[in-house]
Amino acid sequence: MVLTVIERNGDGTPTAESAEVLAAARDLAEQLGEPVAAVAVGDAGDLPDDLAKRGVAQLHLLQHELLAEGSPSCAGEALAQLVAAQRPAAVLAPGTDRSTEAMAWAAAELGVPLATACTEIRPGEPWEVTRERSGGILLEDAALDAPIRLATLRPGAPAPSETAAAHEVTVHVVVPDLDTSVPRARLVDRQPRAAGMTLTTAPVVVAGGRGVGSAEGYAVLEELAGLVGGAVGCSRVATNNGWRPHADQVGLTGTRISPELYVACGISGATQHWVGCMNARSILAVNTDPEAPMVTRATWAVIGDVHEVLPAVITEIRRRSGR
Amino acid sequence: MSSLPDRAQVVVIGAGIVGNAVVHHLARLGWRDILLVDKGPLPDPGGSTGHASNFAFPVDHSREITLLTGDSMRQYAELGTLTTCGGIEVARTPERVQELHRRMSSARAWGIDAELISPAEVAEKVPFLDPSVVLAGFWTPSVAVVDPLRAGELMRERAVAAGALTVSAMTEVLAIETGRGRVRRVRTDRGDVDSEHVVVACGVWSPRIAALAGATIPLTPAVHQMIDVGPIEELAATGREIAFPIVRDMDPLMYERQSGADLEIGSYAHRPILCDPDDIPSLAAAALSPTQLPFTPDDFDPQMEAALELFGGILDRPDAGIRHAINGLLSLTPDGHPLLGETPEVRGLWSAAAVWIKEGPGVGRLIAEWMTDGAPEIDPAAADIARLAPHERTRAHVRARATEGFNKTYGITHPREQWSSDRGVRRSPFFPREEALGAEFFEVAGWERPQWYRSNEHLVAEHGVADRPHEWDARWWSPITNAEHLAMRRGVAMIDLSAFSQFDVRGPGALGFLQHLTVAQMDRPVGRVVYTPVLGPDGGFRSDLTVVRLGDAHFRVVTGGSDGARDLAWFTRHLPPDGSVALTDVTSAVCTLGLWGPRARDVLAAVTDDDVSDDAFPFATARWLTIGSVPVLALRLSYVGELGWELHAATESGLRLWDALAAAGEPHGLVPAGIGVYGTTARMEKGYRLMGHELDAEHGPVEAGLALPGLKAQDFVGKAAYTKAREGEPEATLCTLRLDDARDASGLPRYPQGGEPVLTPDGGRITDSRGRPSYVTSAGAAPSLGTHLLMAYLPPRHAGEGTGLLVEYLGERYPVTVARAGRTPLFDPDDTRMRG
Amino acid sequence: MDVLVCVKRVPAVGSEILLTPDATAIDTRHLGFTIGPHEECAVEEAVRIAERTGGSAGVLTVGPPEADEQLRYAMSMGADHAVRVDAPVADPDPETTAAAITAALRELSYDLVLFGEASADAGHAQVGFRVACALRRPVVGGVKGIGLDGDRVSLRCEAPDGVEVHEAPLPAVAAVLEGLNLPRYPTIKGRLRAKKATVRVIDPGLATGGLRTLRLRHRPEARAETVVLGRGAAAAPAVVDVLADLGMVR
Repeated sequence: MVLTVIERNGDGTPTAESAEVLAAARDLAEQLGEPVAAVAVGDAGDLPDDLAKRGVAQLHLLQHELLAEGSPSCAGEALAQLVAAQRPAAVLAPGTDRSTEAMAWAAAELGVPLATACTEIRPGEPWEVTRERSGGILLEDAALDAPIRLATLRPGAPAPSETAAAHEVTVHVVVPDLDTSVPRARLVDRQPRAAGMTLTTAPVVVAGGRGVGSAEGYAVLEELAGLVGGAVGCSRVATNNGWRPHADQVGLTGTRISPELYVACGISGATQHWVGCMNARSILAVNTDPEAPMVTRATWAVIGDVHEVLPAVITEIRRRSGR
Repeated sequence: MSSLPDRAQVVVIGAGIVGNAVVHHLARLGWRDILLVDKGPLPDPGGSTGHASNFAFPVDHSREITLLTGDSMRQYAELGTLTTCGGIEVARTPERVQELHRRMSSARAWGIDAELISPAEVAEKVPFLDPSVVLAGFWTPSVAVVDPLRAGELMRERAVAAGALTVSAMTEVLAIETGRGRVRRVRTDRGDVDSEHVVVACGVWSPRIAALAGATIPLTPAVHQMIDVGPIEELAATGREIAFPIVRDMDPLMYERQSGADLEIGSYAHRPILCDPDDIPSLAAAALSPTQLPFTPDDFDPQMEAALELFGGILDRPDAGIRHAINGLLSLTPDGHPLLGETPEVRGLWSAAAVWIKEGPGVGRLIAEWMTDGAPEIDPAAADIARLAPHERTRAHVRARATEGFNKTYGITHPREQWSSDRGVRRSPFFPREEALGAEFFEVAGWERPQWYRSNEHLVAEHGVADRPHEWDARWWSPITNAEHLAMRRGVAMIDLSAFSQFDVRGPGALGFLQHLTVAQMDRPVGRVVYTPVLGPDGGFRSDLTVVRLGDAHFRVVTGGSDGARDLAWFTRHLPPDGSVALTDVTSAVCTLGLWGPRARDVLAAVTDDDVSDDAFPFATARWLTIGSVPVLALRLSYVGELGWELHAATESGLRLWDALAAAGEPHGLVPAGIGVYGTTARMEKGYRLMGHELDAEHGPVEAGLALPGLKAQDFVGKAAYTKAREGEPEATLCTLRLDDARDASGLPRYPQGGEPVLTPDGGRITDSRGRPSYVTSAGAAPSLGTHLLMAYLPPRHAGEGTGLLVEYLGERYPVTVARAGRTPLFDPDDTRMRG
Repeated sequence: MDVLVCVKRVPAVGSEILLTPDATAIDTRHLGFTIGPHEECAVEEAVRIAERTGGSAGVLTVGPPEADEQLRYAMSMGADHAVRVDAPVADPDPETTAAAITAALRELSYDLVLFGEASADAGHAQVGFRVACALRRPVVGGVKGIGLDGDRVSLRCEAPDGVEVHEAPLPAVAAVLEGLNLPRYPTIKGRLRAKKATVRVIDPGLATGGLRTLRLRHRPEARAETVVLGRGAAAAPAVVDVLADLGMVR
């Protein structure tokens, strides 16, 4: 059995990341000649029908009041109990923070290794995984030597697909025995993100680095982002100088994004930053240094000062659109 | 991506401050089709120019370095890239206070405004400094911070605007092709460029680039640690990059300078951390830049303690953080001097390496002038890459001396101080005897030469020689030298001169070749010994040496050990291409013993059957003698003013020669004598000039008093300038000054060492009509005259014999008298002793 | 309140990472070492909490003696004591690391143990949760704000869909993110104090876990030649053409 951890959207459907993991699980299960099983928290809803189309034979639904908050330790403990009972060959989960945390707890409970941020899993003797290191600049081939192989997958690894022939999905409701004596963190407040463009969802991110020069210098980036329907980001230099909040930081220790277009203004492109934007579909670099790594890696480049180039671009956009 | 031209008049590799300055000055001097390439991006390709602390203290004990720094500061200022902030070298110890006095003398000698100030005055200029740990300060108002990256950009722009320069960044040199001993083509990852001239201005990478052409640039990258601490309110409030004087805290070997809101602290105190040029990371693989290596905090901790002592008031604050810390790379050489000039191995391949930021533009001008005219305005001898002997180019030697030299960067280096590392590389065959006699060895070009012999200690009392009471005066010195001197003058001494560099010049073109390089007439009978100046194209001294005609087409050239490598390169460069002259370095094949003194003939006659009488063997001639079973080439001449000979034998027979002379000399009171006698006391009594001291490119034979009576018909290098100088009045005359009974404020007799300024009786500086200052070129005891002698060039108005002047030495001034203007010796003015 | 921060010695890399000849590790010949930005924030937070509460800020690493350099760095930022747990291998797997820290924490007592969200090099992102599990302590990851309230701690995180605040009784564990605070630079005094401080060394005698690095490689990078649209303001029309082609402006 290849057990797949399903994260669910607000409407109960599998998240995009979960769908990717399901596709990977199916490939793996085929290689092993084993069935695909899934585990999710909550009620069945339409989930069995959805999973049937994705080749899942068995769905385990974890139900416990402590799980409602999404606590990774509770989810991990529940998952560990299920895994201990089912003894799957492998457990795959999305590489989101929440699932990684739950998987880490489960792995600790089970006393097995966990390979995070995997891009590939290869059964064998022993099993091998390929995983991302250093923010994805490096790939690591690692032996995963365990009776049950736990792994989380980087988003975007395999292409999600639906199978032609739907399986019959059997649903098991499992009520885990969560230890109430263990002190746990409790969710006491949740404030939904204000509607609007975020770094991760924006199709265009206009980001600035050292070359912007000051907090005030970002006004021109804000203006361009507004015109093209994008969000504003920044490099670590800008955060460290107090020019922008950390939430705007793109990079290894900030946000990793994959917009349609990344406009890098006055950003040299150090590794720390590059890993945050390297999944952008295309990059436009504006920089005074034609040899800056960001320029040499960009799709398009303009050699020049941010504060000369951007105002001219804004003027040109306004001229063409008559605004 | 730019593509490169197919050919260039000159390719300059390296776009740091030096490379940019070279292209600028080449363009200014009329060079065209100049190509400047760098492996890195512009304006900061990642070399040491990009992370240097960028300050310039104009005063150095070395005249050449002071001139280069002064020229560079003028250039930086002219480009608008110099900010004058002033600088203070502070002393925490009495020994350093003395060194600051010495600095003061150098400042006065070179004409740079400076003064010694009290701790309170130091604190007035730098209010956040704790004056209680300071004894004195050496204040130089013209100390400045420069912007070498911007200066480099401007210099490139000027050369480009002149239509002279193509710049190609991100261009890696892959190979330098040579043919018939000269550069022909530079191969890069962006194409190949034909060129007959290549300048390597690659800083710490220079050894790698030169090796592509088969040449050596003997430097090693080494770490210099720097940190930035801030923000500091007082500094930020100035709103300027630098508003306070730079402080060199000399005793802990470190400096502190404002850099905006931060205080930058740099150190030359930590253990020497050397790096191999091959181990410098690439631009991409380096975390900061290739020449900013990861900081090693353990090495810097003592500096932090020292910095807290001096600047505790601003550094001991919770918000003053260490914001930047690097192990920056700089270049170290075996003797601490730059590596400039055409490499001796490959014609057309020039080195412009091991240069500090404060000297960069000046070096650019020097190299460009040298490439254009064959001689730069500033004497390059001490920086000439050709000065280094073969062993001094080895990795082991470079690393040993760089290791030893690093902590001397801010150290107190005595003018006679000897190196302790990598000694004993070159030993004469006499070494075992000398060692047994307790020789104190000084080094020249790797040769171990006895400076004096402890076995002669008893002579000190016998001759009543006084010791020097002040430690600084007596350091690296012994009264034995004066005793050996007196023993020689009274009896006879033998002196190991095997460190001489000797070349054989043979072939049908030999005479013409030597005529072209020397001032004296070389077409003399076989067996004649001729002393001659060797000039540069501008008529300044390149060398002075002795030539012996051994056959119609066979000459032996004998030159000083420290000058040998440069002279060999100079001679080699001038060999005719037709192969008519064979030049052979026979230095290692020949050992030399000098035998001088009134009893020298008695000793020599006792060991040879040949006739050594004055009739049979007159002065200024050479003959082959047989001493026992050893054939010896004997040269009757003297640098010490006594009857005697230089005896040249095969190296492997050297011990035989020594033992034969020592045995025969015993009844005549023969003593071994050291170079202290040969190079200082005896030669100064005789008014003989020494290359590198009195003789340099700034002065020609006329001013040095070495003009020959006649002017030979044959053309020779420097003849036009020499002829012109002979026709006019000299602007300065080399004089010998007498220092009589100089006592300091505490009543101790004192002995200046050389380098001190010569002042008018009222303490004014003396310069000649060309602006050249008068300073002591050599200083030494004159035991037979009972005085201490100094040599100095003086302009005519001060050069009259009997004129009273002053010499400033370690903070005090001593009266001196011009004892001799010109070359006539003070001791035995008619040379009767050596001609006897 | 006593806080412990767990840090890892990692190479400070440039824009290109070189590998050792056998490709099992990063070639660190030219590199310095550091702790990751998440961990720097954790150290800063611990120092602030210790200052605020009159408690202590400890720092712990699992690694070779060379890792003392990182402990001293943290102490030069203000941490007051340091513990190094000997590791059986140079770059231990997360099971081993967690076991080492767990073993140390069975000997030492802290109210709050802070981790960085993930190490800057291996990025396993699990050690904090493993330790919390082993010690049966409450744990929250992705923390960008820490509040103290008596014997409870409140932890603010940025979840995908908004901001969450968790509350946990002490002792607790948290994995923090850069942005939690702006870490201070080490001071000269701090550095000199850190140099003299002793590092407590614990050797729990551990075996390695089941995840073993075989080799590292560079991610294949599909590098297209950059199209330079122009220089300075003159490039504006070409830029807007590109934006129009992408459908981002009309």
